[in-house]
Amino acid sequence: MEENNKGRNAAWRVELRKALTAKERTEIERTVMPMAESSSRVRSFEEVNKGLSAEQAGLEATRCLDCPTPTCVEGCPVGIAIPDFIKNIQRGDIAGAAAILRQTSALPAVCGRVCPQEKQCESKCIYNKMKKAPVAIGYLERFAADSEIAQRRDVAPHKASNGIRVAVAGSGPAGLSFAGEMARRGFDIDVFEALHEIGGVLKYGIPEFRLPNSIVDAEIEALEAIGVRFHTDTVIGKTLTYEDLVAEGFKGLFIASGAGLPRFMDIPGENYTGILSSNEYLTRINLMGAGRNGYDTPAPEGRRVAVIGGGNTAMDSVRTARRMGAEKAMIIYRRSEEEMPARREEILHAKEEGVEFVTLANPVEYLADDNGRVRSVRIQRMELGEPDASGRRTPVPIPGAIDEIEIDLAIVSVGVSPNPLIPSSVEGLEVTQRGTIAVDEKLQSSIPTIFAGGDIVRGGATVILAMGDGRHAAVEMAEKLLAE
Amino acid sequence: MNRIISKEHFSESVVKLVVEAPAVARARKAGHFVIVRCGKGGERIPLTIADADIIAGTVTLVVQAVGESTKKICALEVGDNLTDLVGPLGRATDTSHRNGTVVCCGGGVGVAPLLPIIRAMKESGNRVVSILAARNKNLIILEEEVRHWSDEVIIMTDDGSAGRKGLVTVGVEDVIRREDVAEVVAIGPAVMMKFVALLTKKYSIPTTVSLNTIMVDGTGMCGACRVRVGGKTRFVCVDGPEFDAHQVDFDEMITRMKAYDHIK
Repeated sequence: MEENNKGRNAAWRVELRKALTAKERTEIERTVMPMAESSSRVRSFEEVNKGLSAEQAGLEATRCLDCPTPTCVEGCPVGIAIPDFIKNIQRGDIAGAAAILRQTSALPAVCGRVCPQEKQCESKCIYNKMKKAPVAIGYLERFAADSEIAQRRDVAPHKASNGIRVAVAGSGPAGLSFAGEMARRGFDIDVFEALHEIGGVLKYGIPEFRLPNSIVDAEIEALEAIGVRFHTDTVIGKTLTYEDLVAEGFKGLFIASGAGLPRFMDIPGENYTGILSSNEYLTRINLMGAGRNGYDTPAPEGRRVAVIGGGNTAMDSVRTARRMGAEKAMIIYRRSEEEMPARREEILHAKEEGVEFVTLANPVEYLADDNGRVRSVRIQRMELGEPDASGRRTPVPIPGAIDEIEIDLAIVSVGVSPNPLIPSSVEGLEVTQRGTIAVDEKLQSSIPTIFAGGDIVRGGATVILAMGDGRHAAVEMAEKLLAE
Repeated sequence: MNRIISKEHFSESVVKLVVEAPAVARARKAGHFVIVRCGKGGERIPLTIADADIIAGTVTLVVQAVGESTKKICALEVGDNLTDLVGPLGRATDTSHRNGTVVCCGGGVGVAPLLPIIRAMKESGNRVVSILAARNKNLIILEEEVRHWSDEVIIMTDDGSAGRKGLVTVGVEDVIRREDVAEVVAIGPAVMMKFVALLTKKYSIPTTVSLNTIMVDGTGMCGACRVRVGGKTRFVCVDGPEFDAHQVDFDEMITRMKAYDHIK
């Protein structure tokens, strides 16, 4: 193909740009995501966002001005060629759009759903400068990826095997993205997962109403189709040591074991029964099927549920609690709603589903009944003071303003520390003070054949950043191994 | 995978299973546990490894049918498979040589996870006195194997149907009074471990217990297994399962182990 026929200069794309003026495009209203009714969805785990129709997607794609210097791409942690895929949607080449997504993202159907686009690509869209709603890049990404899954088109092009074996510890977003990238380059990839299901946080953490398991499974099948092998029930560092992997002929290891130990607040009464981490709550329900017919794991029951925290995991937990039958489900957060780290969309959805928000309130103690079951939480009312290092205003206690709220279940969602299993079992692996694996800019650890990425390096971040790490580490490790 | 090679009934509700798991058999040490799951909708439950055979590629598990999940596992027959088995998990026991007698006490099925510790303690050159305790004669398990690796074995039963009549603490105190005890290891029901800990604290004898709390993932992710040790919250799955008995808040642990009793 001629250079001037590619990318933005392709004849078809120039045509598309000429077809409508910028004014005509900007007059089109941003599309609205079709959603399940909030009254029905609080009683089921069906996906809330239904996805755009082909017509909606085509019209939304038309809004994109196909800027010569697309600022949206700068906002994407993995640098997806955003206008390229959007313009393919506009001209009706959905498979072409999906193929472009695949070049930079191993999990486009996942990212289209869970990425905080409003803080990334969409926040950099030119429309913001015109005081108009940005192009719905996330919705369009999801549209293209879902169409690909529905038609089982794929399979991403990949090179013939080069016979070099590489192991991956963990099958969450970082591990899957690394595996896909390496397999495409011809490496022989085995992914080892500690749990009994593949997918990591995409399975145990994010609930089905936000990310259906069928979508995750489709992404996993796409990886199997290009030769990636998956092994469940295998803990690297325990079942198989790093030395075992070397002895079996693996030339490299990518550690993507994720976030681990849930954090608690260390306040009186926190170990009463009926108080659990969001990791435990979500794992029981998402991964173990607690509360559903045919599943043995007991579900933590609560009529009055308090979720402590203001992040996406807190929103996932509180919305799950509503679906599990809580009459009163509330978020207790020490700052104001403004400072909540959760996505706006999640906060909005939670409110639509009847979740109460108790903000500027910090739990200071739990009280229990005679059986040691939590019966109430005492909260210290707060007010906002000066901004802290993160730029958010620091909450300060209002002297004497303490209230008690009756609850029968508390879900603590105040963050996680890195998983200690692998860092503590690989000799010579350098670990930071925070317990994360120390890596250089190439994501290479103190042991040259071991790379690491995702939450085990970052301590607690997003799916897209983990995925970006997987991709980055793959590029670096591939180069290193092929040079040897 | 995870095929059951042999099955033996220790009593009506206690079963010994030898399970094919070559990688786990190779990697495990005394004190380690595994997480198993039985059936597609099965619960993940922790079981301490009682023995392993590297050449045969098997691990031995002793299971007491107490809840739905353990009943399902006990109902499995030779040739059946456990749906999942993952491990070895937790930290291994320190079984190095001590200056003085090591007293190993096991209550009920707690004798199963105790056996590899008894053996490793003996192999490190320790004098090992083992105390097996149960409600009655029929609930004493693995006596022969324990005798093989111990310098002396004391049996205690609540009803006196075997050995001496009385609680495990009676046996422990006798040994403490007559010889120099370097360490006590206790594995069994939480209440039993609590009372052994109270006794040995009186004599200032270092004591180790292995805790079998509720777990979900077993890999440091969920925090269901948290216990207070020395005033700090610790996770049994990655910080344990063994802890200094004198630091463990047993009352809190006992309450937490009943968290789901009202549902089952």
